[in-house]
Amino acid sequence: MRVLVIEDDADVAIYIVKALAEAGHNPSHADNGKDGLVMATTENFDVLVVDRMLPGPDGLTIIRTLRASEDQTPALILSALGDVDDKVKGLKAGGDDYLTKPFAAAELLARLEALTRRASAKGEPAETKLSVADLEMDLLSRSVSRAGTSIDLQPREFRLLECLMRNAGSVVTRTMLLEDVWDYHFDPQTNVIDVHVSRLRQKVDKDFDTPLIQTVRGAGYVLREADK
Amino acid sequence: MKTARLLRSATFRLALLYMLIFGGSVAVLLGFLYWATVGVLSEQMDETIQADITGLAEQYERRGTPGIAAIIGERIRKDPGGRTVYLLTDPLRRPLVGNLDSWPTVEPDTGGWITFELVDRADPDGRPHLARAKRFVLQGGLNLLVGREVRELERTRRMIVNAMIWGIAITLALAFAGGIAMSRSTARRIDAINQTSRDIMSGDLDRRIPAGGTGDEFDQLAGNLNAMLDRIQGLMEGLGHVSDNIAHDLRTPLTRLRGRLEDLDDPTLAAGDRTQRIDAAIAEADTLLSMFNALLRIAQIEAGGRRDNFATVDLAAVLSDVAELYEPVAQEKGLNFSAHVEAAETVSADRDLLFQSVANLADNAIKYTPAGGSVTLHATGRSITVSDTGPGVPKEARNDVFRRFHRLEESRNAPGSGLGLSLVKAVAQLHGGEVRLEDNRPGLKATLTLG
Repeated sequence: MRVLVIEDDADVAIYIVKALAEAGHNPSHADNGKDGLVMATTENFDVLVVDRMLPGPDGLTIIRTLRASEDQTPALILSALGDVDDKVKGLKAGGDDYLTKPFAAAELLARLEALTRRASAKGEPAETKLSVADLEMDLLSRSVSRAGTSIDLQPREFRLLECLMRNAGSVVTRTMLLEDVWDYHFDPQTNVIDVHVSRLRQKVDKDFDTPLIQTVRGAGYVLREADK
Repeated sequence: MKTARLLRSATFRLALLYMLIFGGSVAVLLGFLYWATVGVLSEQMDETIQADITGLAEQYERRGTPGIAAIIGERIRKDPGGRTVYLLTDPLRRPLVGNLDSWPTVEPDTGGWITFELVDRADPDGRPHLARAKRFVLQGGLNLLVGREVRELERTRRMIVNAMIWGIAITLALAFAGGIAMSRSTARRIDAINQTSRDIMSGDLDRRIPAGGTGDEFDQLAGNLNAMLDRIQGLMEGLGHVSDNIAHDLRTPLTRLRGRLEDLDDPTLAAGDRTQRIDAAIAEADTLLSMFNALLRIAQIEAGGRRDNFATVDLAAVLSDVAELYEPVAQEKGLNFSAHVEAAETVSADRDLLFQSVANLADNAIKYTPAGGSVTLHATGRSITVSDTGPGVPKEARNDVFRRFHRLEESRNAPGSGLGLSLVKAVAQLHGGEVRLEDNRPGLKATLTLG
């Protein structure tokens, strides 16, 4: 995917651009708000990574300007450590996701992929069925089955699996799961998410030969068919 | 130099202002008195002269020149002292009858009034006195001048003016002295505040402003400044404490991180081991970052600037969400876990922070309660209680555990940053509430109450 990174801190910019390139994406970089806005409006990108504080127009202004001109390219806002309040402002300005510096490259990549997937799914008729390998989920009847065997899930387990299935093939971080499934922005002191995922595993993977839910060390989880 | 300082001092300027205001008021008052005495007297005199003229004019109309001349002659005879002035002249101002030798040379004003000097015939010194008269032109062109000698009036006026000048002078002197005395007592107390401020600026933070003991505005100011200084001192001590703690508590994970990075510097390391060690180092760095994040978050919440995100929050919903998130963790550890809601209210709160606080309490309870114990979440009214059957917190340590990085000796080895309860307390204060720790016999009962 084509990613525009608007970031004035050279070190952070290099870190992001390198991580994106290594993951097979196509990053462009602008080191100030003015150039960034020009590039965002004249070229075509799949997703934007915008620093909150920038020389020239700041990150929120850029996103507001784009949204005002009907440009709905998904945008992820980066912000300095501890600026917790900025999250709300960023999302209000039209940002689609928010990440606090410093962050792991895996977290950024996972979020960008989720953003582009969400953007491309927009406009398509809402899916009623999700399926990965022999795992199937019916969103209308709220039922899950694997290889024809019905699996009984608690509501929260269902949403957890739904989130993993919607992002099948790409990493979903623990924070993303917390925000998506539990709808809280918070910082768990212990890895409570891991316990929930392992419960889900018990139901989804235990009685089957190929595990689908896999742990990605230092990043999160991914749902996919294990490499044969 | 000294004069310049005096002129600039608030004492002097206040005294001057006081003097001007007081002197001005007295001057206005005296002006009124002057008008009420001298003014009224001269007005009365003018009225008498006017009445005299009107009377004479009538007589002239009725009896002609001889008649009026006879009347004037009669009046002059009755007044040998010359207190009244009469003069009747022909149209060319040649005297016909009167006690003036000639028509005064002074030009009359628009009303026909003149003030001129009159030589008193009865006075042996022959000194002139002021007289006031009015000219009137009779029918036939005769000029009539009627007046009064104003010696008495003039003397009274001069006395009053003299008394007023002295009065104002004395007033000004008294006002200035009084102003100096008054503003000096004010200035002395301001000086005391200044002196204390200078002492504090030069490093003596324990100094406080002395109070006058009268409970007036200055005492209130001193009291408020002292309270402010106490607060600042408390905050500074807290800050010093915190930075000491940060330095101390961050040293351990930083040392571990350094050790892990050193471990990597081994060319014989197998690829798998290397990955594992890198992961461990990253995890250590993440721990450090989350500690910094937590610290900054607490600082931000304590600064009180995070009320933008307040919204209506259902306490029962928050409680059941926390319970739902933590129940598997508790069960995995072999704890009895339960949550009850009893008439919980909806409150205006920051949903994420509230969730984080209750999660921290639940996390602690699960972490410190040994297998077989129980953890209970309970919401009622505006409170959420998390109770456990763990080791509890000794009474004397119940305040300390809210301090940043503070950890009980027994729990030093358990995972955690020592920031969880600090955050809960900061969140409680942000919501105008409190967090209370009690004995659960056995165990700990933590209650978060919103204001």
